[in-house]
Parts: sequence; structure tokens; C-alpha cells
Amino acid sequence: MPGPLASFIWYFGTALELGFVVCSIARKSFFRYLFLNLYFLLTVGSSLARHSFLIRFGKSSIEYHYAYFYTDALLTVALYVALTSLYSHVFGELRFTKYVRSCAVLLLVGTVLFSYAVVAQSEQRLATAFAYELSQNLYFVGLVLTYILWGAVLKLRETRTRLVQFILALGVYFSAYAASYSLVNLASKYSVVHALGPLVSCLLPLSWTITMWRHSEEARLVPAHLVAVPR
Amino acid sequence: MMAAIIFVVSVVTLLMFFVSYCRSLMVSSSHHTLSQEVRDVAGIPARVSGQDFTRVMQLLQLCPERPRDRTGLEAVGFYYAMLDLVQKSVARAVPSLHLWTEHERAGCANFAAVALDRRIAFSREILAQQGDF
Repeated sequence: MPGPLASFIWYFGTALELGFVVCSIARKSFFRYLFLNLYFLLTVGSSLARHSFLIRFGKSSIEYHYAYFYTDALLTVALYVALTSLYSHVFGELRFTKYVRSCAVLLLVGTVLFSYAVVAQSEQRLATAFAYELSQNLYFVGLVLTYILWGAVLKLRETRTRLVQFILALGVYFSAYAASYSLVNLASKYSVVHALGPLVSCLLPLSWTITMWRHSEEARLVPAHLVAVPR
Repeated sequence: MMAAIIFVVSVVTLLMFFVSYCRSLMVSSSHHTLSQEVRDVAGIPARVSGQDFTRVMQLLQLCPERPRDRTGLEAVGFYYAMLDLVQKSVARAVPSLHLWTEHERAGCANFAAVALDRRIAFSREILAQQGDF
């Protein structure tokens, strides 16, 4: 079983994920941000599945490893879909949604093939290595896509506060996760590095719930004021 | 090598998104006019400066909490601590960075002062409601 701190972070993160769904239902925005809600419902479901595998088979079992890495890869794909839905919100009025979906699918397929090509060379535990590699690569692709989306928000002068804060929080989350993944590769001997991932995973539901709770759909801001160095 | 490059790129984008996120939290308070009462209590002259932040945060702890502004204050508090660190280290050698951090710190202090203003109004409302009973 994980230690008390790891268990606390796990339960706290799951509570926050449920909190976002409850909050968006209370604010009557469940269907407006359907894919964000579906992502969090999926994270809660995968947390329950992981927990049952952990109790039944133990932390070091092969069954738990498979359950962990495959739900992780599935969640990363779901978050990628949620990011694509934010693209649709931003580009919706320009009627680019069809092109956004096609590009997103192409990029996803490209990342899957690239991840497979990387792990195909090593013969050890191909299945879990593929799931890990796919998650890692998708987080970096997600970070690049969020950066591009933030550029589009500034260019198109998007003013919806909720949407802007969702994108910024997603940028913080993807960056922190990509940094923690690379830190695990760089300094895996330090145990503190392994605790970063679960901590970072609490950031997204926390910041999105704050945004959903504090701001109505009608709230507006000027995104040019948010850039660190004004142009 | 690849992991090091990804780490550097991720940290740079993390800082960029975090600064913008904190600014998006603070932007709602930038148009709020502070009451004279808060200015007197917190000793704030015509314009809020970065140095006022710590004092205003101490005063905030004396007021009953409004659940809505607790999380925003924590994020901005973390941002202020980060700016403080930059100002006391790197910014000493770079004047433009020093000006920028001071401007941002003043924004954090203004956000906290507006939260104090709202908490005082909130406390008054509670007292008035209790007076009605």
C-alpha cells in the first residue's frame, strides 16, 4: 500500500476531480464543458479501478502495473481530447472546428506511432513501456499545443475569463508534468522526484474548480493584460 | 540530453503560464477603488506598493474569511514569494527586471488590499445580520 502522504494526495486529488464535476453541474455548465467533465469522471473511475487492483493484487504486482500504466495512457488521451475541445471553443466562431479535429487526430496517431517506434527497439515489457512512452510524449505534445492555443487566445483577443483561465491552468499543469517526467529521467535516485507527479496532478482539478466556482460564463477580461512582458 | 532540454523548456513555459495565471486572478481587482477605511487601517498612501503586501496579509488574517477569495490569495501569495526571491537575487543586477518585479509586487499587494476591503464589508454584513436578531 502507498504511504499515508501518497494516499492523502490520491484521495485529495480524487475529491477535487469530483468537486469540479459537482461545481460545473451546480453552475449549469456541465454540457458546455462536456469533455473537461468527462475527463474528470474518467480520472475518478480510473482511481477506483487502480484502488481495487491495489487492494486485490498489491503494489508490486504485474496486474497493478498494467492497470496503472494503461489507465494513465487512457487519461492522457482523454486530456488531449479535452484540450482539443478548448481549441473548438476558441476557434468555434471561425468555423475551424472540423480542421482542428482532423489535425488533432493526425497528431495523436503520429504520437502513438512515434511512441511505438521508440519502444519497439527494446524488448523488455513492451506493453507497459509503450503506455509510459505514450503518456510522456503526449504530455509534451499537449504542452506545445497549449502554448499554441495561448498564442491564438492573445491573437484573437479571446475575452472569456473561464476559457482563458482553463487554458492557462492547463498550461501550468502540462508544463509541470512534463518537467516532473523529465526530472524522473534525470534524477530518478531521489525519492522526492517521484512524489512530484501526484502532487502536480492535484493542480488541474484545483485551479479549474476555482475558475468554475469564481467566474460566471459572462465574466470577461483583457488577455493582453496577462502577458508577463507587454508587447 | 533530451530529458534536460525538455526539462528546461517545461520550466520556462511553466513560469510563463504561472505568471499569466496569477495575473488573470489579480486582474479582477485592478479596477476596484480601495475605500478610505482600508487605506487608513493598512497605512496605504495614494498608490499601493509591493512593500504593503505583508502588512495587508497580516490584517487579512484578523478578519473572518470569505470562502471565495481564500484559494486566490494563496496562489497570489506564492507568486509574491517568488517575485520577492527574484527581486532579492537576480533583479539586483538587472534594473529592468527590478522595475518589473516591483510592478508585479504592487499588483499582488493591491489584490490583497481589495480582498481586505471585501472582508471588512463581509464582516459588517455578518454583524448587521446578527444585530437584526
